[in-house]
Amino acid sequence: MSFDNKELKDLLESIRFVYGYDFTDYAEASVRRRIEHFMNARKIAALEKMGKMILQDEKLFEEFIQEVSVTVTEMFRDPSFYKSLRENILKRLATYPFIKVWIAGCATGEEIYSVAILLQEEGLLNRSVIYATDINQKSLQIAKDGVYPVENMKTYTANYQKAGGTGSFSEYYKAKYNSVMFDKSLKQNIVFAAHNLAVDKSFNEFQLVICRNVLIYFNQQLQNKVISLFYESLCPFGFLGLGSKESLLFSDKRKNFEEVDRKEKLFIKK
Amino acid sequence: MSGINEKYKAIVIGASAGGLFALSFVLEELPADFPVPVMIVQHRSKDQRDLLEEVLQSKCRIRIKQADEKEKIESGLVYIAPPDYHLLVEADRTFSLSADEPVRFSRPSIDVLFETAATVFKDSLIGIIFTGASNDGAAGMAAIKKYGGLTIAQDPAEAQFPYMPAASIETKEVKHIWTLAEIKSFLLKISAA
Repeated sequence: MSFDNKELKDLLESIRFVYGYDFTDYAEASVRRRIEHFMNARKIAALEKMGKMILQDEKLFEEFIQEVSVTVTEMFRDPSFYKSLRENILKRLATYPFIKVWIAGCATGEEIYSVAILLQEEGLLNRSVIYATDINQKSLQIAKDGVYPVENMKTYTANYQKAGGTGSFSEYYKAKYNSVMFDKSLKQNIVFAAHNLAVDKSFNEFQLVICRNVLIYFNQQLQNKVISLFYESLCPFGFLGLGSKESLLFSDKRKNFEEVDRKEKLFIKK
Repeated sequence: MSGINEKYKAIVIGASAGGLFALSFVLEELPADFPVPVMIVQHRSKDQRDLLEEVLQSKCRIRIKQADEKEKIESGLVYIAPPDYHLLVEADRTFSLSADEPVRFSRPSIDVLFETAATVFKDSLIGIIFTGASNDGAAGMAAIKKYGGLTIAQDPAEAQFPYMPAASIETKEVKHIWTLAEIKSFLLKISAA
């Protein structure tokens, strides 16, 4: 199974035209791998055939979107990021009477609960609202449920401790069979919503926007567009947190941000 | 070996357990203006952000750097996949990164780099697989062969961990089974061509 870039581009154009999902500005190699994975799993040999199938069958397209847009993450991924977030940013956010946080591309929610735990430990959660958005409905539902495999907890606990957690990680969840469910108190101020960074607009003003390991999937133009969207969505002196290998390099707004922590990719809007 | 330099436009290397010694041995004498870009996946701990690059640089003349997303792939450089990300080659010969699930328990995965590089560099790609205790890289080597590239595996008999080169050899898609010394002298011939 192999297809050329032209075939791939044509398919992504058709998807945009028919369904409004825009993958045309995604970095191609990852999209290609995910589509190949989707085709392999369903034993579809030719891209053209798969294109016809998903353009005619909305149910299959749903599956396609879920697989092509899924991202994996973990709680407190890159503990040093969360440590810096706590020490350099949350302390400053504490001066606001009301804190709005946007976690853009929240995937299956591990980052949301990580941030909620930090806010809780800094005594800020009850006056915060976290807007958690993703393009992928199935991922959003998992995020909403807040139920995760128990075997991940060992890694997450270690991450939590490295991130400077002040409590006991196991107090934030209840284990049942092979799963754990995160505490309701963490969820009370989270708003879950579908949002597509490639096409949707700004919807609120935030003190903190976190978007980690999402931009790496976009080409330079789309990265630029999305950083501008974040810029417009931040209040003056609002904070932006990116993934450890992401940057503002391709953004027209790079001069409108200052580094708070260079290594952890934390920025403040000037 | 005239023409070898025109034929090959990129080299990918996969290494796992025991890889640091193999990499230093093979790369240390490459000249700073080595005419072909070298891209490496070495399985590594995600907690050590730049240690591998620093250690290799201290032994090598050619510039060693961690690959950045969207970076243009150029000669005279050895690029290393960052910890905890897959490294992919795009059609416009830039890098992209992904945080997709591990492939064969690895992120970065050798297969991901090799397969994406194969589709871009086709028959001008050299793929080399070193020591390791994983079967990551075997599918990648097969992809390189399929696109007409040259495949080389370290001789399992001398590899610190023979499993990984052996897994590639088992696919029957490996052209040369060479010792590190032979691989090194082959690469030096490219730079002299």
